[in-house]
Amino acid sequence: MPKRSPPGPLEYLRRWPMRLWLAGVFLFLYAPLIALMAFSFNDSRRNIVWKGFTLKYYEKLFENSALLEAFGNSLTIAAVSTVVSLVIGALAALVLWRFRFPGKTALDGALALPIVVPEICMGVAMLVFFAKVMPWPQGLPWPLNLGAIIIAHVSFSFPFVAVVVRARMASFNREMEEAARDLGAGEFRTIRDVILPHMAPSLVAGALLAFTLSLDDFVITFFTAGPDTVTFPVKVYSMVRFSVTPEVNAASTVLIVLTVLLTAAALKLQGNPAATAGHGAGGGK
Amino acid sequence: MEQSWKQAKAVFAAALGPPLVWLVLFFLAPMAIVWAYSFGHNAGLTEIEITGTFHNYARAIEPLYLKIFLKSVWVAALTTALCLVAGFPVALAITFASDKTKAWLLLLVMLPFWTNLLIRTYALIAVLRTEGYVNQGLEWLWNGGSGLAALVGLQPLGDFQPLELLHNNFAVILGLVYVHLPFMVLPLYSALDRLDKSLLEASLDLGTGHLRTIFKVVVPLAIPGIASGVLITFIPALGAYLTPDLLGGPDSQMIANIIERQFKRANDWPFGAAMSFLLMYLTFIAIAIQAVLSKKTPEAKG
Repeated sequence: MPKRSPPGPLEYLRRWPMRLWLAGVFLFLYAPLIALMAFSFNDSRRNIVWKGFTLKYYEKLFENSALLEAFGNSLTIAAVSTVVSLVIGALAALVLWRFRFPGKTALDGALALPIVVPEICMGVAMLVFFAKVMPWPQGLPWPLNLGAIIIAHVSFSFPFVAVVVRARMASFNREMEEAARDLGAGEFRTIRDVILPHMAPSLVAGALLAFTLSLDDFVITFFTAGPDTVTFPVKVYSMVRFSVTPEVNAASTVLIVLTVLLTAAALKLQGNPAATAGHGAGGGK
Repeated sequence: MEQSWKQAKAVFAAALGPPLVWLVLFFLAPMAIVWAYSFGHNAGLTEIEITGTFHNYARAIEPLYLKIFLKSVWVAALTTALCLVAGFPVALAITFASDKTKAWLLLLVMLPFWTNLLIRTYALIAVLRTEGYVNQGLEWLWNGGSGLAALVGLQPLGDFQPLELLHNNFAVILGLVYVHLPFMVLPLYSALDRLDKSLLEASLDLGTGHLRTIFKVVVPLAIPGIASGVLITFIPALGAYLTPDLLGGPDSQMIANIIERQFKRANDWPFGAAMSFLLMYLTFIAIAIQAVLSKKTPEAKG
């Protein structure tokens, strides 16, 4: 296309007021994050004036055993809760997609509850539950001591997995299943060889969603975590409360890079970013 | 066609069991206990007696707490409105961008959405605090201006007074908009993307200006998307805990902060439980309003 052609009637992106607005919004979204990452390399405690490049805060980070332990806890919780959420969420999606049964609407509604209920309400519910009904035994060896947090994380992430998987199953041609049956495949075989391959992309998307949700969660973890089961966000929270330090910047940068890598992996696996966009929005519903 | 559960009872039970048990045991039961506690009172240091009293709810609508409820609703509504204003042009631009640009813009909107909430809030603190980047930039401009004034023979401007940008309501609303903007853009985009573009072209061909086309053609057609964007932004903003906690001052407490205090420091679980259920009811009312509105839209479309 020649460079100087006047913008078409609907090419909003080529009009300057729109570009200015977009630039403003993205500046607003990204400037604080970029400043945060840049100043993690700044050789000054005061965090404001650029004094030169350094990696010393990253070294400090790797010597900070409390922070590393919290980071390890977060990754462990995210990994375990993702696997459990994936299984339970996929089963829930399968039941709702496949069967007609009394109480289906009720189950459907109840599954949406953990998605819409405010985090703080779920947080206090988990606090009460693990304090009064099912006290998680104290002093268990790692990683068993993380059990309460893992249970809480599964509770809020498996409905998201169910939503994503169910959306995918809507495009499944049920005749394929019948064909498999006619050709003599049993129930288990049909699920394994026909339904699961169709489900696979949504399982990947669901897993990534569950993993980030778990890694991100602060409020619910804050209410379920004990003194010896601190996760990365809870640890960062207590650091932030005291002061703005380059160490927190460095720790944040590590997590941001991890998130970007995970998102990039998700997009690579999905092929098209536009497809994953729906999941974020669908998740919010 | 869906299968009746009776045709494959074993598979049905095997698939239904785990999610149902998990949901009941680890979500509905804890919620039910909190609900029961909201009708109780503290009968000792750790004992809670459920007496069926409405005392906690009565306390929650005392002026002190009612004010916080109203303020939270107002803050969430303002946040949602600002997100809508800022996000709508972005969604529009993404909708009409070329495929490749579209993919990149969506990625740009989504990345902050996937980034840890705490980190984003922390990043804002660094920007807004007294020695933050905004105040540093302003001070630099101020000193520059002051020097310039001296140069042309005017009085220098005097010392720079840093703006108090953090720990107030302004910071809370800015923080909420910052955090929730992607929540608004994504549903708006998915609604706008489904629009019939020839309608816009027709309107523009007939001589209507861009702004008028947007308000008279695009907005009415995108109402369902706008409604779901508003809901998706409003609900988490209403229950926000971290943003008012870290960015707000003593007078910018929202409902979630009050609930947290009852459960952690004040140790008044029954009252906290009542507050938490009031917040849930508010959320459900918001969802119900949206459901009613989105049912009406097909008629509006004509």
